[in-house]
Amino acid sequence: MQPFQVRIHGRGGQGVVTAAELLSVAAFREGRYAQAFPSFGSERTGAPVVAFCRIADTPIRSHEPITSPDALIIQDPTLLHQVDAFNGLREDGYLLINSSHSFAALGLGDFVARFDPARLRTVPGTEIARETVGRPIANAVLLGSFAALTGVVSIDAVAAAIRERFSSALAERNVAGARRAFDYVSDGAREMVSAQAD
Amino acid sequence: MLKQIEGSRAVAEAVALARPEVIAAYPISPQTHIVEALSTLVQSGTLAPCEFINVESEFAAMSVAIGASATGARTYTATASQGLLFMVEAIYNASGLGLPIVMTVANRAIGAPINIWNDHSDSMSQRDSGWIQMYAESNQEALDLHIQAFRLAEELSLPVMVCMDGFILTHAVEQIDLPSQEQVDAFLPPFEPRQVLDPDAPVSIGAMVGPEAFMEVRYLGHVTQMRALDAIPDISSAFRESFGRDSGGLVRSYMTEDAETIVVALGSVLGTVKDTVDELRSEGHRIGAVGITTFRPWPAAEVRRALATARRIVVLEKALAIGIGGIVSLDVRVSTAPNDQVVHTIIAGLGGRPITTPSLRRVLIDALGGVLPELTFLDLDHGLVERELQRRGATRRSGPDAENLLRDLGAVAAGPV
Repeated sequence: MQPFQVRIHGRGGQGVVTAAELLSVAAFREGRYAQAFPSFGSERTGAPVVAFCRIADTPIRSHEPITSPDALIIQDPTLLHQVDAFNGLREDGYLLINSSHSFAALGLGDFVARFDPARLRTVPGTEIARETVGRPIANAVLLGSFAALTGVVSIDAVAAAIRERFSSALAERNVAGARRAFDYVSDGAREMVSAQAD
Repeated sequence: MLKQIEGSRAVAEAVALARPEVIAAYPISPQTHIVEALSTLVQSGTLAPCEFINVESEFAAMSVAIGASATGARTYTATASQGLLFMVEAIYNASGLGLPIVMTVANRAIGAPINIWNDHSDSMSQRDSGWIQMYAESNQEALDLHIQAFRLAEELSLPVMVCMDGFILTHAVEQIDLPSQEQVDAFLPPFEPRQVLDPDAPVSIGAMVGPEAFMEVRYLGHVTQMRALDAIPDISSAFRESFGRDSGGLVRSYMTEDAETIVVALGSVLGTVKDTVDELRSEGHRIGAVGITTFRPWPAAEVRRALATARRIVVLEKALAIGIGGIVSLDVRVSTAPNDQVVHTIIAGLGGRPITTPSLRRVLIDALGGVLPELTFLDLDHGLVERELQRRGATRRSGPDAENLLRDLGAVAAGPV
């Protein structure tokens, strides 16, 4: 079986590598095999950073970078004008962008037209993080949205991974943010289903 | 206990479980996380008694390790790349003196041009140093090899290098089965040194030896290292009995029973190799893989046996011997010479270039079709090379190759500053 492959784009200092690690821990806690690793050599604040996560039901042998992701998380939308973040995204893939704007407002209306709309979301992760975490760091928060969008990991596993990684106060604030970002996407999905039913 | 942790962390935990008494290290990417984690374990008292010595260089790291080991302390260090090269004089002393130091090499390219990414140039440069060299395929194996390495080193009184791919393994977070202290204590007996600096029974370790006995001392080093060909499989099976999994050993075969084409590789790239073998097998190709776990001593008989069915052998190497080509290939050729097999060398992944399934598949299809040249460079940008050769031909003062190539790629601002 092919692993589910996730690529996360952001900038140094935004916790991109930690996000991939948290996702792998969440999958591990659900009894699955997972592998997280960063792209290397760009560990500078503000520089574009990429991290990867593979999730599978069988041991993962390959360690090559992910070129054809099943899901993309874009933690910093300013990267969209700087790096080819969408490169290799499968047509049945998931796309999660940290932004309070719609895909159309981001100038991506035409681009996303060929993807399944139920698998695409923009989420105001930074705003949610500012309110819940107290800092504009949306890495863990966005994993809540990822759980809602893909169903690959549960929100409870994401919460457990966050608690394993951070000290208790910071962990609880991140968990609150992740849950809110989870609800933001799952409520949105329900609205979309009911809109289609109408 | 199963844990989802970084490879470096797993290695640090394994080393700590082996109860080293002295750790001397100087940080260098991509080894840093390993020694950082160990220094924390020492500082917190989790790893005790143990002295962690912050040295001023890699040369000092190995020199301190030699001194510590000579006093009978279980000793560990770790390095990579330029750091390994900087300690070379002491590396030869450690093996020449027969001191059972265990060292992790977090494999990384050697400069110039400076490059922090993974390949095997660093440890391959030390293949004749007298150290045992083992290469980990996964982080689980990296952890397991460290526990085995202390037992092997101390049994033979020889130093052991455990090589693991820098970044690719050291920085990958994966599921690891972490053994308990009781399990490791039962597997790894206390260090019983063959020689020790002891004021009550004085000896000199490192006496000058002239032509009358130098060859004999060297020959004994060779004999001792060749004994590892028996000790390593023994330790690997003892490990399987204690810990319930296969790790270490000399060579490991994958789908080779009926294979006419066999890929030989070392380290973490074996994962991608196996995935590619599966893909090609599903299309009906009789292909397999052999992983070299122990590179020094060279397990000639086991390699010959593992490759016996193959008409064609493809050696995938993450290092380049400039002026000839492959390094592992030479050893494979010598071992298989009587069998009239075709041996190809593919140089791949230098300086961290990813070795991907599609690229590997493409060259292996060429190999299966009998059109792969004897020496290939995987995904080499021939156009980029050609343009630099033209620049060199056009003017005498064509400037530094490295910068010219980066300008050509647009990686630095074009045109003179």
